[in-house]
Amino acid sequence: MQVLINGDTHSFESSIELVALLEQLGYRGEIFAVAVNGGFVARSEYSVIDIHDGDSLDIVAPVVGG
Amino acid sequence: MNDLLTLYGKTFNSRLLVGTALYPSPAIMRESVQVSASEIITLSLRRQNPAQQQDNVFWDYIRESGCQLLPNTAGCKSPREAVELAKMSQEIFQTDWLKLEIIGDDYNLQPDPFGLVEAARKLVQLGFKVLPYCTDDLVLCRKLLDVGCEVLMPWGAPIGTGQGLLNKYNLQTLRERLSDVPLIIDAGIGAPSQAAEALEMGFDAVLLNTAIAKAQSPVLMAQAFKLAVESGRAAFNAGLMLRCQTASPSTPTLDMPFWQQAENMLQE
Repeated sequence: MQVLINGDTHSFESSIELVALLEQLGYRGEIFAVAVNGGFVARSEYSVIDIHDGDSLDIVAPVVGG
Repeated sequence: MNDLLTLYGKTFNSRLLVGTALYPSPAIMRESVQVSASEIITLSLRRQNPAQQQDNVFWDYIRESGCQLLPNTAGCKSPREAVELAKMSQEIFQTDWLKLEIIGDDYNLQPDPFGLVEAARKLVQLGFKVLPYCTDDLVLCRKLLDVGCEVLMPWGAPIGTGQGLLNKYNLQTLRERLSDVPLIIDAGIGAPSQAAEALEMGFDAVLLNTAIAKAQSPVLMAQAFKLAVESGRAAFNAGLMLRCQTASPSTPTLDMPFWQQAENMLQE
Protein backbone atom coordinates (compact mmCIF):
# COMPACT_ATOMS: atom_id res chain seq x y z
CA MET A 1 0.00 0.00 0.00
CA GLN A 2 1.04 3.60 -0.48
CA VAL A 3 0.84 6.40 2.07
CA LEU A 4 1.53 10.06 1.55
CA ILE A 5 3.74 11.36 4.37
CA ASN A 6 4.54 15.06 4.41
CA GLY A 7 3.91 15.14 0.69
CA ASP A 8 6.14 12.17 -0.20
CA THR A 9 4.87 8.73 -1.16
CA HIS A 10 5.96 5.83 1.08
CA SER A 11 5.28 2.14 0.46
CA PHE A 12 4.29 -0.37 3.12
CA GLU A 13 3.40 -4.05 2.82
CA SER A 14 0.05 -3.74 4.54
CA SER A 15 -2.02 -1.59 6.88
CA ILE A 16 0.02 -0.54 9.86
CA GLU A 17 -0.62 0.98 13.26
CA LEU A 18 0.28 4.66 13.39
CA VAL A 19 2.61 4.08 16.34
CA ALA A 20 4.52 1.44 14.39
CA LEU A 21 4.70 3.60 11.29
CA LEU A 22 6.15 6.51 13.24
CA GLU A 23 8.72 4.26 14.87
CA GLN A 24 9.65 2.77 11.51
CA LEU A 25 10.18 6.25 10.09
CA GLY A 26 12.36 7.24 13.03
CA TYR A 27 10.15 9.72 14.88
CA ARG A 28 11.17 9.78 18.54
CA GLY A 29 10.30 11.89 21.56
CA GLU A 30 7.41 14.29 21.92
CA ILE A 31 8.42 17.18 19.70
CA PHE A 32 6.09 16.38 16.86
CA ALA A 33 2.37 16.16 16.20
CA VAL A 34 0.40 14.19 13.65
CA ALA A 35 -2.62 14.70 11.45
CA VAL A 36 -4.15 11.90 9.37
CA ASN A 37 -6.12 12.92 6.31
CA GLY A 38 -6.17 16.50 7.58
CA GLY A 39 -7.41 15.70 11.07
CA PHE A 40 -5.32 15.96 14.25
CA VAL A 41 -4.57 12.68 16.00
CA ALA A 42 -3.73 12.93 19.69
CA ARG A 43 -0.62 11.16 20.88
CA SER A 44 -2.79 8.93 23.09
CA GLU A 45 -4.45 7.54 19.95
CA TYR A 46 -1.31 6.55 18.03
CA SER A 47 -1.68 2.94 19.09
CA VAL A 48 -5.34 2.63 18.13
CA ILE A 49 -5.21 4.24 14.68
CA ASP A 50 -4.42 2.10 11.65
CA ILE A 51 -2.99 3.65 8.53
CA HIS A 52 -4.43 2.37 5.26
CA ASP A 53 -3.64 2.57 1.58
CA GLY A 54 -4.15 6.08 0.27
CA ASP A 55 -4.00 7.79 3.66
CA SER A 56 -2.20 11.10 3.99
CA LEU A 57 -0.13 12.05 7.03
CA ASP A 58 1.21 15.39 8.15
CA ILE A 59 3.91 15.23 10.81
CA VAL A 60 4.92 18.64 12.13
CA ALA A 61 7.45 20.08 14.56
CA PRO A 62 8.22 23.52 16.01
CA VAL A 63 9.71 26.14 13.71
CA VAL A 64 10.28 29.85 13.84
CA GLY A 65 7.24 32.03 13.26
CA GLY A 66 6.00 35.60 13.28
CA MET B 1 3.76 52.90 38.35
CA ASN B 2 2.15 49.49 38.14
CA ASP B 3 1.15 49.41 34.49
CA LEU B 4 0.87 45.78 33.51
CA LEU B 5 -0.48 44.30 30.31
CA THR B 6 -3.28 41.82 31.04
CA LEU B 7 -4.24 39.24 28.42
CA TYR B 8 -6.64 36.42 29.23
CA GLY B 9 -6.09 36.99 32.94
CA LYS B 10 -2.30 36.77 32.73
CA THR B 11 -0.17 39.82 33.38
CA PHE B 12 3.01 40.94 31.63
CA ASN B 13 5.50 43.74 32.19
CA SER B 14 6.40 44.10 28.52
CA ARG B 15 4.08 45.45 25.87
CA LEU B 16 6.27 44.19 23.06
CA LEU B 17 5.51 40.80 21.54
CA VAL B 18 8.07 39.45 19.09
CA GLY B 19 8.28 36.79 16.43
CA THR B 20 11.12 34.31 16.13
CA ALA B 21 11.49 34.10 12.34
CA LEU B 22 13.90 35.56 9.80
CA TYR B 23 16.88 36.08 12.12
CA PRO B 24 20.40 35.52 10.76
CA SER B 25 20.90 32.70 13.28
CA PRO B 26 19.17 31.05 16.25
CA ALA B 27 21.76 32.63 18.55
CA ILE B 28 20.95 36.13 17.31
CA MET B 29 17.25 35.36 17.66
CA ARG B 30 17.78 34.34 21.27
CA GLU B 31 19.81 37.42 22.14
CA SER B 32 17.34 39.71 20.38
CA VAL B 33 14.40 38.25 22.28
CA GLN B 34 16.29 38.66 25.55
CA VAL B 35 17.21 42.28 24.82
CA SER B 36 13.65 43.12 23.71
CA ALA B 37 12.46 42.01 27.18
CA SER B 38 9.44 40.52 25.47
CA GLU B 39 7.54 37.96 27.49
CA ILE B 40 5.40 36.61 24.65
CA ILE B 41 6.92 35.10 21.53
CA THR B 42 5.35 33.64 18.42
CA LEU B 43 6.35 30.46 16.67
CA SER B 44 4.82 27.91 14.37
CA LEU B 45 4.66 24.31 13.15
CA ARG B 46 5.82 22.89 9.86
CA ARG B 47 6.33 19.48 8.33
CA GLN B 48 9.57 17.92 9.51
CA ASN B 49 11.31 14.60 8.88
CA PRO B 50 13.10 12.64 11.64
CA ALA B 51 16.57 13.72 10.48
CA GLN B 52 15.67 17.36 11.11
CA GLN B 53 14.50 16.46 14.62
CA GLN B 54 17.99 15.66 15.81
CA ASP B 55 19.29 19.21 15.79
CA ASN B 56 16.59 21.66 16.76
CA VAL B 57 18.60 24.42 18.42
CA PHE B 58 15.70 26.77 17.92
CA TRP B 59 13.39 24.67 20.06
CA ASP B 60 16.01 24.41 22.80
CA TYR B 61 16.28 28.20 22.93
CA ILE B 62 12.52 28.59 23.03
CA ARG B 63 12.16 26.22 25.94
CA GLU B 64 14.89 28.02 27.85
CA SER B 65 13.33 31.46 27.28
CA GLY B 66 10.56 31.09 29.85
CA CYS B 67 8.31 33.21 27.61
CA GLN B 68 4.62 32.69 27.07
CA LEU B 69 4.46 30.83 23.76
CA LEU B 70 2.01 32.08 21.17
CA PRO B 71 1.85 29.52 18.36
CA ASN B 72 0.42 30.82 15.11
CA THR B 73 -1.59 29.26 12.33
CA ALA B 74 0.34 31.12 9.63
CA GLY B 75 -0.30 29.88 6.13
CA CYS B 76 -3.71 28.42 6.88
CA LYS B 77 -6.37 29.34 4.34
CA SER B 78 -9.43 27.72 5.85
CA PRO B 79 -11.00 27.42 9.30
CA ARG B 80 -10.57 23.63 9.20
CA GLU B 81 -6.82 23.90 8.56
CA ALA B 82 -6.45 26.45 11.34
CA VAL B 83 -8.43 24.42 13.87
CA GLU B 84 -6.47 21.23 13.19
CA LEU B 85 -3.13 23.03 13.32
CA ALA B 86 -4.22 24.66 16.57
CA LYS B 87 -4.84 21.26 18.11
CA MET B 88 -1.38 20.12 16.99
CA SER B 89 0.14 23.28 18.50
CA GLN B 90 -1.65 22.71 21.77
CA GLU B 91 -0.25 19.21 22.06
CA ILE B 92 3.34 20.20 21.27
CA PHE B 93 3.57 23.54 23.01
CA GLN B 94 1.31 22.68 25.93
CA THR B 95 -0.54 25.98 25.73
CA ASP B 96 -4.07 26.97 24.84
CA TRP B 97 -2.92 30.37 23.59
CA LEU B 98 -3.17 30.79 19.85
CA LYS B 99 -2.42 33.50 17.32
CA LEU B 100 -5.16 32.75 14.82
CA GLU B 101 -4.24 33.52 11.24
CA ILE B 102 -6.31 32.69 8.21
CA ILE B 103 -5.05 34.26 5.04
CA GLY B 104 -7.61 35.41 2.50
CA ASP B 105 -5.29 36.88 -0.11
CA ASP B 106 -1.83 35.70 -1.06
CA TYR B 107 -0.67 39.04 -2.41
CA ASN B 108 -0.95 41.14 0.72
CA LEU B 109 -1.53 38.31 3.22
CA GLN B 110 -4.78 39.95 4.23
CA PRO B 111 -6.72 38.07 6.89
CA ASP B 112 -9.94 36.34 5.77
CA PRO B 113 -12.57 37.93 8.03
CA PHE B 114 -15.24 35.29 7.43
CA GLY B 115 -12.88 32.38 8.04
CA LEU B 116 -11.51 34.09 11.13
CA VAL B 117 -14.89 34.38 12.81
CA GLU B 118 -15.82 30.78 11.99
CA ALA B 119 -12.50 29.40 13.23
CA ALA B 120 -12.46 31.61 16.33
CA ARG B 121 -15.93 30.43 17.33
CA LYS B 122 -14.87 26.80 17.07
CA LEU B 123 -11.54 27.31 18.85
CA VAL B 124 -13.10 29.22 21.74
CA GLN B 125 -15.57 26.36 22.13
CA LEU B 126 -12.59 24.01 22.31
CA GLY B 127 -11.11 26.10 25.12
CA PHE B 128 -8.44 28.01 23.21
CA LYS B 129 -7.43 31.53 24.17
CA VAL B 130 -7.63 33.05 20.72
CA LEU B 131 -5.69 36.14 19.67
CA PRO B 132 -6.85 36.72 16.09
CA TYR B 133 -4.69 38.54 13.57
CA CYS B 134 -7.38 40.62 11.88
CA THR B 135 -7.93 43.70 9.79
CA ASP B 136 -8.85 47.04 11.32
CA ASP B 137 -12.54 46.67 10.47
CA LEU B 138 -14.75 47.57 13.44
CA VAL B 139 -17.57 45.21 12.52
CA LEU B 140 -15.21 42.26 12.09
CA CYS B 141 -13.63 43.03 15.46
CA ARG B 142 -17.04 43.08 17.12
CA LYS B 143 -17.91 39.72 15.56
CA LEU B 144 -14.66 38.26 16.90
CA LEU B 145 -15.52 39.55 20.37
CA ASP B 146 -19.03 38.12 20.04
CA VAL B 147 -17.67 34.61 19.46
CA GLY B 148 -15.46 34.82 22.55
CA CYS B 149 -12.12 36.40 21.65
CA GLU B 150 -10.89 38.53 24.56
CA VAL B 151 -7.93 40.06 22.74
CA LEU B 152 -7.75 41.38 19.17
CA MET B 153 -4.71 41.94 16.99
CA PRO B 154 -5.55 44.30 14.12
CA TRP B 155 -2.91 44.87 11.49
CA GLY B 156 -1.02 48.12 11.15
CA ALA B 157 -0.07 47.21 7.58
CA PRO B 158 0.41 43.96 5.63
CA ILE B 159 2.91 41.50 7.10
CA GLY B 160 6.54 42.31 6.41
CA THR B 161 5.90 45.66 4.70
CA GLY B 162 7.15 47.97 7.44
CA GLN B 163 4.58 50.56 6.37
CA GLY B 164 3.49 51.42 9.90
CA LEU B 165 -0.06 52.43 10.82
CA LEU B 166 -1.67 52.77 7.40
CA ASN B 167 -5.24 53.51 8.40
CA LYS B 168 -5.13 55.64 11.50
CA TYR B 169 -8.79 56.56 11.22
CA ASN B 170 -9.84 52.92 11.45
CA LEU B 171 -7.34 52.18 14.18
CA GLN B 172 -8.39 55.19 16.25
CA THR B 173 -12.00 54.14 15.77
CA LEU B 174 -11.19 50.67 17.10
CA ARG B 175 -9.42 52.13 20.10
CA GLU B 176 -12.27 54.46 20.95
CA ARG B 177 -15.16 52.08 20.31
CA LEU B 178 -13.54 49.02 21.92
CA SER B 179 -12.07 50.90 24.84
CA ASP B 180 -12.12 47.95 27.26
CA VAL B 181 -10.63 45.37 24.89
CA PRO B 182 -6.90 44.62 24.81
CA LEU B 183 -5.80 45.61 21.31
CA ILE B 184 -2.40 44.65 19.94
CA ILE B 185 -1.13 46.08 16.69
CA ASP B 186 0.17 43.07 14.79
CA ALA B 187 2.13 43.28 11.56
CA GLY B 188 3.34 46.13 9.42
CA ILE B 189 5.44 47.89 12.08
CA GLY B 190 8.77 48.79 10.49
CA ALA B 191 10.34 51.35 12.82
CA PRO B 192 10.44 52.00 16.55
CA SER B 193 8.73 55.35 16.00
CA GLN B 194 5.73 53.52 14.51
CA ALA B 195 5.55 51.24 17.54
CA ALA B 196 5.73 54.26 19.83
CA GLU B 197 2.91 55.88 17.87
CA ALA B 198 0.71 52.81 18.33
CA LEU B 199 1.25 52.91 22.06
CA GLU B 200 0.68 56.67 22.14
CA MET B 201 -2.68 56.07 20.46
CA GLY B 202 -3.63 53.82 23.33
CA PHE B 203 -3.02 50.41 21.84
CA ASP B 204 -2.07 47.98 24.55
CA ALA B 205 0.91 46.39 22.81
CA VAL B 206 2.56 45.69 19.47
CA LEU B 207 3.62 42.42 17.89
CA LEU B 208 6.40 42.49 15.32
CA ASN B 209 9.08 40.32 13.81
CA THR B 210 10.60 41.47 10.54
CA ALA B 211 11.55 44.94 11.75
CA ILE B 212 13.90 43.45 14.33
CA ALA B 213 15.02 40.31 12.52
CA LYS B 214 15.86 42.09 9.27
CA ALA B 215 17.67 45.05 10.84
CA GLN B 216 21.39 45.29 10.20
CA SER B 217 21.82 44.69 13.92
CA PRO B 218 18.78 42.78 15.22
CA VAL B 219 19.96 42.93 18.81
CA LEU B 220 20.35 46.71 18.74
CA MET B 221 16.99 47.08 17.00
CA ALA B 222 15.38 44.91 19.67
CA GLN B 223 16.62 47.38 22.25
CA ALA B 224 15.32 50.29 20.16
CA PHE B 225 11.85 48.74 20.01
CA LYS B 226 11.88 48.02 23.73
CA LEU B 227 12.60 51.68 24.46
CA ALA B 228 10.07 52.90 21.89
CA VAL B 229 7.27 50.81 23.33
CA GLU B 230 8.08 51.96 26.84
CA SER B 231 8.23 55.57 25.64
CA GLY B 232 4.95 55.31 23.74
CA ARG B 233 3.15 53.81 26.70
CA ALA B 234 4.53 56.45 29.07
CA ALA B 235 3.34 59.15 26.67
CA PHE B 236 -0.13 57.63 26.54
CA ASN B 237 -0.30 57.48 30.32
CA ALA B 238 0.94 61.06 30.55
CA GLY B 239 -1.77 62.28 28.17
CA LEU B 240 -0.82 63.92 24.90
CA MET B 241 -1.58 67.59 24.30
CA LEU B 242 -4.34 68.49 21.87
CA ARG B 243 -3.25 69.42 18.37
CA CYS B 244 -3.96 72.99 17.25
CA GLN B 245 -4.15 74.59 13.83
CA THR B 246 -2.63 77.90 14.94
CA ALA B 247 0.63 78.68 16.69
CA SER B 248 0.80 79.48 20.37
CA PRO B 249 4.02 80.83 21.92
CA SER B 250 5.51 78.79 24.68
CA THR B 251 7.78 81.61 25.92
CA PRO B 252 5.97 84.36 27.91
CA THR B 253 5.05 87.37 25.75
CA LEU B 254 4.60 89.74 28.71
CA ASP B 255 7.50 92.20 29.23
CA MET B 256 9.08 91.39 25.91
CA PRO B 257 11.97 93.92 25.39
CA PHE B 258 12.15 96.15 22.32
CA TRP B 259 8.44 95.82 21.49
CA GLN B 260 7.99 99.60 21.58
CA GLN B 261 10.89 100.09 19.21
CA ALA B 262 9.38 97.56 16.85
CA GLU B 263 6.07 99.45 16.87
CA ASN B 264 7.91 102.76 16.26
CA MET B 265 9.76 101.28 13.33
CA LEU B 266 6.47 100.20 11.82
CA GLN B 267 5.06 103.74 12.23
CA GLU B 268 8.11 105.27 10.54
